[in-house]
Amino acid sequence: MTDIAKNAPSPAWSLLSHNAAQLFYRLLAALLICIVLSVLSDAFLSLGNILNVLRQASLTFFIASGLTLVVLTAGLDLSVGANVALSACLAGTVIHQTGSPTLGILAGLLTGGTVGLMNGVMVTAMRIPSFIATYGMLWVLNGVTYWYMAGETIHGFPAGFRQIGSGYFLGLPIPVYLLLVFLAIGTAFAQRTVWGQEIYAIGANPVAARLSGIPVNCRLLLVYTVSGTMAGLASIIFLSRLNSAEADIGESLTLPAIAAVLIGGTSLFGGVGTIFGTFVGALILTLVLNGMNLLSINANWQPLVTGIIVIIAVWLDMRTRRSAP
Amino acid sequence: MSDLAIAAPLRAVQRLPGVAVVLVLLIALFGAIAPGFLSAANLSNVLVQSTILTMLALPMTLIIMTEGIDLSMGAVLTLTSLCVAIVSLATKSMLLGLGAAVLVGTAFGLANGLLVAIAKIPPFVATLATLGMAQGLSLIVSDGQSVVGIPHSVRDVYSAQLLGIPVPILMGVASYGLFHALLYHTRFGTYVFALGGNRDALRYAGLSPTRLLIAVYAIGGLMAGVAGLLMTARMNSGHPTAGLGMEFDAIAAVAVGGTSFERGNGWLLGTLLGVLAVGVLRNGLNLISLPSSVQVASVGVLVIAAMFLDGLRSRA
Repeated sequence: MTDIAKNAPSPAWSLLSHNAAQLFYRLLAALLICIVLSVLSDAFLSLGNILNVLRQASLTFFIASGLTLVVLTAGLDLSVGANVALSACLAGTVIHQTGSPTLGILAGLLTGGTVGLMNGVMVTAMRIPSFIATYGMLWVLNGVTYWYMAGETIHGFPAGFRQIGSGYFLGLPIPVYLLLVFLAIGTAFAQRTVWGQEIYAIGANPVAARLSGIPVNCRLLLVYTVSGTMAGLASIIFLSRLNSAEADIGESLTLPAIAAVLIGGTSLFGGVGTIFGTFVGALILTLVLNGMNLLSINANWQPLVTGIIVIIAVWLDMRTRRSAP
Repeated sequence: MSDLAIAAPLRAVQRLPGVAVVLVLLIALFGAIAPGFLSAANLSNVLVQSTILTMLALPMTLIIMTEGIDLSMGAVLTLTSLCVAIVSLATKSMLLGLGAAVLVGTAFGLANGLLVAIAKIPPFVATLATLGMAQGLSLIVSDGQSVVGIPHSVRDVYSAQLLGIPVPILMGVASYGLFHALLYHTRFGTYVFALGGNRDALRYAGLSPTRLLIAVYAIGGLMAGVAGLLMTARMNSGHPTAGLGMEFDAIAAVAVGGTSFERGNGWLLGTLLGVLAVGVLRNGLNLISLPSSVQVASVGVLVIAAMFLDGLRSRA
């Protein structure tokens, strides 16, 4: 990486090639994991397993894509997992009460978005550091969800609704289509719109962003609301795939989502990263966890491995960034 | 906001130690609405139950003073509590269990310190990752099951009395004394203030902020190890989710106690009062038969409110 930087003709070009190289290395890592797993396990290269990996990766990606925007502004949203749980439980209740999946989906998205908006208000108007604000929100949401559910499980949803999470179209799981749609929308928004570029600017230098006339607080509100809404979307997919909602379904979701963002090369210090990188990050993480599954390693090892991967990802990222221009 | 309109009330808020007001208000509230809250038995119960939190919140204060955070403390507490249970079950010795717990806790604290100080990973991400690791290890060593049948010598730690005072309270008081001496009466304590307030000054004085920072996190892990003994003794078993969310109560106590998250100002007595405020809140809500989920949510609201006020004060 340093070689590329040294031989680069101009700073702008070297920055571009640095980021391209970063993405290339990540895709290479994903490919390497695939090769290793296909050698170690006969089941890995089966169509069923590959579709399964894609479906799993898409679930992580939905949560992680909104989170990427937050991290791009040098913030963090620790409440996403708890948000998924509350949104799923409320959406499930609405579907049961009204019999209408459409209203349920709206309820899930609205709950997620509202929680995101409240996070945004705490970070902007109340000026609480984002990780403390969203960490407090995590426990508020947990409390509310457990209180609301009181140990109950909501299960059994209409067949049409269940298609969203478990159905197929032209041989591919429906979540994979949603993934492609949101990958395209997210990338277009971040790279090709003024608002998207302003989000990068806020993360790179908030003071400069404010002085150059960017409405920083409005953009931050937007970013946290989007992150919450994406958690709401993920809750719908979870609900329809699991066919049930419980208060604890979000507990194991936050760390993998953050891991996907960081493996994908988005910097915790803001201003650097792409939605596509997060997709690759979600893919790499899912491949590793899927491989552990295939090699029949106890699922209890998953949080340990995810934690180690997060540390390695951040550390590698910081090392390469220090040597980059 | 117009400065004149809010200046006077703000100054009044600034002069009062907010946490004392919060504590008195909570005690008055639950004294009025919760039957039996003010009985001697219940108040002593609040104190005993607050000891584990005290032992976590004291080191958390130091960590937050260095502009850091330790999200892994609850998960590490779970792991050390399991260590006490498993080792004391195998060896029939409470002390060996405590030793193992302190060792494992300190190892995690050191790991946090190394990640923060040497790898320079932002504390909340580094400790979120070690949270995952400690949680994973807890599931692995316990296989997701409770560890039961531990020796009486462990349980006795929680129920024993010395000179008529419950041993957990004595341990909490001793911890406070040690941390008070460490922070206010040693050079190390002065350096901890400098770590958050003026790190460059430390460097110019020829001191290594790296080593100090590692020490601060290691102390956090060590205390989680000692608290693990109390946790196992209290439940008379080891459980793979025993310490879930304890780090949040500790952060809440520190935040309510008036330690700043941004400027290296720490107030140890404030943390102690903050621990009592969290303890009173949970106990009181419990007495009026609100489920633990409501307690969790109210502690969340308490933290957000405390952080908001902290921000207001720093701008005033």
